Amino acid sequence: MSTILEVKNLTKKFDDNEVLKDVSFELKKGETLAVIGSSGSGKSTLLRCLNHLSPPDSGQILLEGININTPETDINRVRADMGFVFQDFNLFTHLTILENVMFGPLRVRRWSKDKARQIATAEIKTVGMLDKIDSYPAQLSGGQQQRISIARALALKPKLILFDEPTSALDPELTGEVLSVMTDLAHSGMTAIVVTHEMGFARSVADKVIFIDQGLIVEQGPSKTLFSAPQHERTKLFLKNFSGLE
Amino acid sequence: MEIIKILISELPQFAKGTLVAIEVLVGLLFVGIVIGLAIALAEIFGNSLTKFLATTLRKFLWAIPQLVLLFLVFYLPFDLNPMLAAIIALGLCSSAFQSQIFRGAILSVQSGQIEAAKAMGMSRPRTIFYIVIPQMIRLSIGPWTNEFSSELKDTSLAYVVGVVEIMRNAKYIIAYTYGNTAAVYLFVGILYFTLTRIGTYFFYKLEDRLWVPGFEKRS
Repeated sequence: MSTILEVKNLTKKFDDNEVLKDVSFELKKGETLAVIGSSGSGKSTLLRCLNHLSPPDSGQILLEGININTPETDINRVRADMGFVFQDFNLFTHLTILENVMFGPLRVRRWSKDKARQIATAEIKTVGMLDKIDSYPAQLSGGQQQRISIARALALKPKLILFDEPTSALDPELTGEVLSVMTDLAHSGMTAIVVTHEMGFARSVADKVIFIDQGLIVEQGPSKTLFSAPQHERTKLFLKNFSGLE
Repeated sequence: MEIIKILISELPQFAKGTLVAIEVLVGLLFVGIVIGLAIALAEIFGNSLTKFLATTLRKFLWAIPQLVLLFLVFYLPFDLNPMLAAIIALGLCSSAFQSQIFRGAILSVQSGQIEAAKAMGMSRPRTIFYIVIPQMIRLSIGPWTNEFSSELKDTSLAYVVGVVEIMRNAKYIIAYTYGNTAAVYLFVGILYFTLTRIGTYFFYKLEDRLWVPGFEKRS
């Protein structure tokens, strides 16, 4: 399978604080990559650097072979190609569910209204929310809102999707419905990077895992290997926190 | 009661004056919306220069009494007619207040939604147009209705530069009938009260229509 994303020597500083130090990895089309690590390790920043919500200081981000970390890049085009799912959903509260999901196709891609509606309806169906199509975000539960925000990202027809701790704002009961949508997506061949604390998901659904600590990639590899036979002491220590939970 | 007969016979004049007052009101509110929104957007989304200019303008307009600005605009060497002078001067004053209504409403739009639009690849101006402004309108109507009724009353200031509105009619009747001053002002007061109630009724209706399910409703 072809490489869709290649990240080389990415660095990011906030003032004097180096949040990302020389981060490199690559991702093939259709793969799911889980990024794990403790809070403050830099994993969310890594995700936000990829689509320049928080522009990196140096390094290369090659999307299908083209470096997008250059001043000449039209970053808005790149962002439309990388769906982003936030921890706290961030749905547009004044729009209905259908309008929320149509927003990207209609206003960002500038496709026709018919095409936008068709795509939006299909994606809302994918996340199993067709019965709520005319509701407003404030009428939905957190889990439902997150599923819609996944549909909203999918409707842009992105090349990959970035998930920034998509279940961290949800209680355990609602976490399940979101993870199950994400699992279906992974199996359908969507390329995704998932920053998560859900070790069960990282282990069983992700193809690859990156463990990041203090801005450095400590260890990366196939999820089976990384979870069953971690090489570094720091990784072992981190994973120990979760042993017995699965 | 002689004065009641006089007031009745003057009703057509009052009707004309009311229409003039409404023209001034609509004009000044329009000026206030345009400039007020520009100030609010510049103060929130502008660069340091536009921010500085907008804030300075707002503070300036805020600090000058309406009457002073009214005379100032009227006596500028542009030969403005009284109506236009009143609309511009009162509109400028109102823009300072309206800018803060809009500013508060814009800041109540969750920053996460703006970031979500950004992450989808939407430009800043289009985000403001499609995400921020529609929510701002809904959040502004309540406080804006307040400003509306306040400005409706302030149109009465326009008589000082010679606009023939409600107050001017009143002054005219007082001048040619003696001893009825209180009665005339009572009538004028009732007229303003009625206009204000009618106006706010429609804005409350509008607020209801723009209500989004799942949000709190004004009871």
